[in-house]
Amino acid sequence: MRFINVIKVALRALRRSAMRSVLTALGIIIGVAAVIAMVSIGNGAKSQVEASIASLGQNIISVFPGSNNSGGMRGGWGSASTLTVEDAAAISAEVAGVVAVSPEMRDRNQVLANGLNWNSQILGEDVSYIDIRLWTIAEGEMFNELDVRSATKVCVIGKTVAAQLFPDSDPVGQNLRIRNIPFRIVGVLNAKGFNFFGSDQDDIVIIPYTSHIKRIARRPNLNSILIQAQSPEQMATIQQDITDLLQQRRNGRDPDFTVRNQQELAEAATATTKTMTVLLGAIAGVSLIVGGIGIMNIMLVSVTERTREIGIRLAVGAHGRDVLTQFLIEAIILSVMGGALGVLLGIGASQLVSKLNGWPVLVSTSAIVGAVAFSAAIGVFFGFYPARKAAQLDPIEALRYE
Amino acid sequence: MTDVVQLEAIHKIYDSGEIPVHAVRGVTLTIRGGEFVAIMGASGSGKSTLMNLLGCLDRPSKGRYLLGGTDVSGLDRNQLADLRNQKLGFVFQGFNLLSRTTARENVELPMLYGRRHYSSREIHERALRSLDIVGLSNRADHFPSQLSGGQQQRVAIARALINEPQILLADEPTGNLDSKTSVEIMGVFQKLNEQGITIVMVTHELDIARYCRRNLIMRDGRLVSDVQVTDRLVATVEMQRLLAAEAEAKLTD
Repeated sequence: MRFINVIKVALRALRRSAMRSVLTALGIIIGVAAVIAMVSIGNGAKSQVEASIASLGQNIISVFPGSNNSGGMRGGWGSASTLTVEDAAAISAEVAGVVAVSPEMRDRNQVLANGLNWNSQILGEDVSYIDIRLWTIAEGEMFNELDVRSATKVCVIGKTVAAQLFPDSDPVGQNLRIRNIPFRIVGVLNAKGFNFFGSDQDDIVIIPYTSHIKRIARRPNLNSILIQAQSPEQMATIQQDITDLLQQRRNGRDPDFTVRNQQELAEAATATTKTMTVLLGAIAGVSLIVGGIGIMNIMLVSVTERTREIGIRLAVGAHGRDVLTQFLIEAIILSVMGGALGVLLGIGASQLVSKLNGWPVLVSTSAIVGAVAFSAAIGVFFGFYPARKAAQLDPIEALRYE
Repeated sequence: MTDVVQLEAIHKIYDSGEIPVHAVRGVTLTIRGGEFVAIMGASGSGKSTLMNLLGCLDRPSKGRYLLGGTDVSGLDRNQLADLRNQKLGFVFQGFNLLSRTTARENVELPMLYGRRHYSSREIHERALRSLDIVGLSNRADHFPSQLSGGQQQRVAIARALINEPQILLADEPTGNLDSKTSVEIMGVFQKLNEQGITIVMVTHELDIARYCRRNLIMRDGRLVSDVQVTDRLVATVEMQRLLAAEAEAKLTD
């Protein structure tokens, strides 16, 4: 029998019991929709985590001082004060593939301005800091190289600090005081929001690291060195080069520093959401299999109901293979139509969830292709047994069937 | 005319149950081209089994079956299906048309399963020609439920004819029809037979068998009688007689 005729016969048979066909396909529709919605939502969550990690900056390597050991009492990472501005300069000068380096000073202090005060984080950074962190200035400008070289008393402030200290006025050009030292505000940063760990990234005052060393912290040692690599592929090499360079600069003493890679953090975080996505997808996949069993059930009923029809077809010369193909195609049409409707429903459902939760939803093409291919496979798998049962009927028995 | 069917000591034993059933016990039979044969017998006489064997729906347990000169007793399922498709036409007691499928599409069915592929226009035309033979070309697009019993059986005959079979097999073709429609159907068979088509039918009605040319009687799986019909009925004459009787009944009523 020609394929086009097989399709026609199958469609006619499905139309004959339209309600039943729709209900049978519903199992697949829901299954496919669930898989697509779950994977899309999972991917959306993953991309949000990734975005929040990316907002920390791209291809970032950090160097922290090592632990301090005084009289047998060991401090934690960063307790040693051995990282110097020279270390930062050496990294910038000698390690290939490094785009930017910013020596970092960190401190919490009371900030006074405009008759108000606010406890905030005081960061000492180089000019490149805001580029490394993918940050932008909303008003005014970033302090410049000259400010860094001459340890000028200037600062840029985050949106939170601006809101707390200058509720009604433009902070740019005004002064704020840290440890009673006046700093002129040259710029206000754009809002960055809360970071992955839940702290407010806009609650910040950034001054040149030189000013920080000289006027705020009053110690020569850096809290950390922030380094931006050219590309993610180079991260591992650069990390190793930095380790080697700093080790070399310490003339064989125990390493008193640690080099960390932002990608490790990103990988750990995305691994969690990936596990969630797989889990949700697997649960949804179970409903696909249940839908497949529904198809098998209805096809078995259909074969029994149409025993006489099968008998007629066999009597006038249909081969078993013709009958097998016919029922198989019916099952596949059911499951693929269910799959197609399920894709639409799944996309709709994920859009709805994203609207309600304000998540980005990434409808993944691979999930769509996978779900549709899987539903066709289910049609073949669960349609085969009933179809084979039909094909193996004895024509005489089938014709006699009431 | 050549021999269309040659049965040589055909046996059929069903041994699926506890006791093997010997349904056909050594039937030897030759049917020549152009014959019109009725097989009669009580139920359980083996006539239906013999019909299934003739129709290649079943295989004999013993003996040889030559259809158009070739031995078909040893063929497999698919080869038998092809034989049924190409060389045999079936007409059943219960019409066995596909419901919700038009008369024309029902007639086309055997052509769709043929090993040769025809264009859909050719299939279409041949189905209409076949329907024309049984006088139903004006009902081509009707569904079986819209046709009378006699018309449905004529569609079934058209379906049996579409692949130009060597032999037309009819299993109680008038069993579900009233006497007038039965005469009508026998008229169709007689007309086809006059055009040279070989027909074998099973019936248990003696007067239906009288429309045929040769009567076989089976009992306990054996052929016990094989006679040429001498007092043959002609459907057209009988039909006129019936119509006249009907008219008279209305007059006297």
